[in-house]
Amino acid sequence: MKILKNKKININTQRLLGYIQKESLQVIRDPSSIVIAFLLPIILMIIFGAVSLDIDNIKIGLVLEDKSPPARELASYYQGTRYFTVYMSDYRKALEDAMWESKIRGVVVIPQDFSKKFYQGIPASIQVLADGSEANTANFVLNFSEGITSLWLKEKEKEKETETGVFNKGLINLDSHVRFNPELKSDYVVLPGAIAIIMSLIGTLLTALVVAREWERGTMESAMATPIRINEIILGKVIPYFFLGLGSMLLCFLITTLFFGVPFRGSFFILIFATSIFLLTALGQGLIISTAARSQFVSSQLALMIGFLPALILSGFVFEIKSMPEFLQWAAYIVPARYFVSILQTSFIAGNISDVIVPNLVILILFALVLIWIPSLRVKKS
Amino acid sequence: MWNRLKALIIKELQIIWLDKKSRYALIIPPLIQIVILSYAATLEVKNISVAIYNQDVGWYSHEVIARIKGSPYFDKVYEVQNLAAVEEAINTQKVIIGLEFQSDFSRRMVAGESTTIQAILDGRKANSSQIVEGYFFQILQDFSKEIVRSQQKETQPSIITNFRAWFNPNLNFIWYTVPGLIAILCTVLVVSMASLSISREHEAGTFDQLLVAPITSWQILLGKSIPAVLIGIGETTLMILIAMAVFHVPFVGSIFLFYISLIVFIISLIGIGLFISSFSKTQQQSVLGAFIFTVPAILISGFVAPVEYIQDWLRWMSYLMPTTYFLVIIKSIFLKDISFVKIVAQIWPMMLISVFTLLIALFAFRRSLD
Repeated sequence: MKILKNKKININTQRLLGYIQKESLQVIRDPSSIVIAFLLPIILMIIFGAVSLDIDNIKIGLVLEDKSPPARELASYYQGTRYFTVYMSDYRKALEDAMWESKIRGVVVIPQDFSKKFYQGIPASIQVLADGSEANTANFVLNFSEGITSLWLKEKEKEKETETGVFNKGLINLDSHVRFNPELKSDYVVLPGAIAIIMSLIGTLLTALVVAREWERGTMESAMATPIRINEIILGKVIPYFFLGLGSMLLCFLITTLFFGVPFRGSFFILIFATSIFLLTALGQGLIISTAARSQFVSSQLALMIGFLPALILSGFVFEIKSMPEFLQWAAYIVPARYFVSILQTSFIAGNISDVIVPNLVILILFALVLIWIPSLRVKKS
Repeated sequence: MWNRLKALIIKELQIIWLDKKSRYALIIPPLIQIVILSYAATLEVKNISVAIYNQDVGWYSHEVIARIKGSPYFDKVYEVQNLAAVEEAINTQKVIIGLEFQSDFSRRMVAGESTTIQAILDGRKANSSQIVEGYFFQILQDFSKEIVRSQQKETQPSIITNFRAWFNPNLNFIWYTVPGLIAILCTVLVVSMASLSISREHEAGTFDQLLVAPITSWQILLGKSIPAVLIGIGETTLMILIAMAVFHVPFVGSIFLFYISLIVFIISLIGIGLFISSFSKTQQQSVLGAFIFTVPAILISGFVAPVEYIQDWLRWMSYLMPTTYFLVIIKSIFLKDISFVKIVAQIWPMMLISVFTLLIALFAFRRSLD
């Protein structure tokens, strides 16, 4: 009993160092690990930086059936905003066809009786058609269009007020201030979040593949036949990839702040600490996957499903967790990336808000402990 | 010759199919993903939490708050006692929007003067806070209009927007997320399957056996491709059935056209997979190569945001991805009943990609034969 216990705890430093050296050499000699640790982050950061969620320049068609001054003026409001790129046409059918072909996302029609009704003080109607197959954009077509008409109406009212000297009353204005990111730049949010995605890719996918390869080739069994202990094997595998991950984190950090100009207002020490903890959770997941799957194909599929996709979708990085159905909100609690994304976004653009950082960090540490502990159990059983 | 090809196809199918784990890895994840991700991958914002600091005791501010509570988008309303508490709730991400009503809000409304509500938004949620601000602005506008209407006898010029969303009249987000997801999951599945097919032989040492077998290199490529086409079609069909049965997404277009485009799409994906495979010595390299292709494909093919929002200097890359074209086709066929002529415009680029990548794969393969 005592021997068993000793066996569990005892780690031979020399053996471990030897194993780490072997693994590190393997990493260095196989360029694909270096590629995923350094090239993939560059590619991904650039893509995340280029895919903008800021909706502007939506292509729409505009039909002026009414050519009188008010209609033309309203049309110029549509043309003047950065939200729309407007294609004018007299043929409604042509624009509708363009919408069928997804060339434009909406059509605004100002009908013949527009100015007549407008002058008479009867509510004038305009038609807005949108391509519902892009539901999100369709929503914005409607919202922006309503924004433009109400802006134009306000302007018209002001003109009338200065003419007549009678002022209108009772309007509620909204004065909005955006904290941390006044221009609402989506890069500021997306790029820090992307770091979590890249870390989970590197941690989970790389370790899953590396360990699965040992099983597939049968070298895991040979390693187990040597005096080396299972804990040492696990540590030996985790440590080189851990440092590879940290290196790639630094690269991501530099790209985000220097190349894309995202501010960093938090503490760099906390960032590195949180990244280390998160990397441990990702590495743990990778180890669990590979010991369960033992084939590289299955491991890569599982790494994608358990590591990458939840980090992309259930972490609150692009998609709002609170808008999801309840069972997914619950599922999101067990996605470690969620806590890391929160720390990243806060550290980068908000600063050291300990009420956000401390609880998230504590949960991440718990995840790390559990996820590193499970694989050592699993391997021993087999 | 056909017998040999057939034997190779059967062998390939067996490799993937007979191993229980790899069979599950093939079938189960896409099915789970289509269900979970369809619900999750939406840019819609619901269940919004708001913090309100109301210094006004009058009717008007309470009416605005009541309307917020009644809105289907807002969920939790925290009424707090000072501005610092609003800031705190924003900082700790408890709420996404904070509102402040001045103490003279109702008095000014009664007097017919204009008033201002202060809103604080969380810039860490750039997209959502914009949408939330829009919802709240809409509530205020409706309220303002009602007040103006009740106070004034003289008619004001106004504009009514008649809005219609074609192809998806209720703007149901699921209808546009699900078809897109099918295209993405199909991309991930087929590319990772094809990219491993040759490097697996390399790693297992059976590549040399393949080389000395009495089959030509294009037969080997065909033997690798056909099983992947079959599995891809089967899996996509399953996902389409789920889309229709679970999510009630309408399928208004032609099934025949859909399958023609699907086959072209899958072949182009296999081309990319084999292209990656022919340059990889190990399975690990293949998987990483597949990732370097699929992750950008998810992001810039028009699934996360329409292609036209991608910055100009990167957009050309979207047009190198078959997924970009297939996304247009699958959304159009599900919701629009688009004609054959219009689909052809999306099919030929995929064919070009297939021919190009398959030729390179064949060339690389031949070279390793020499």
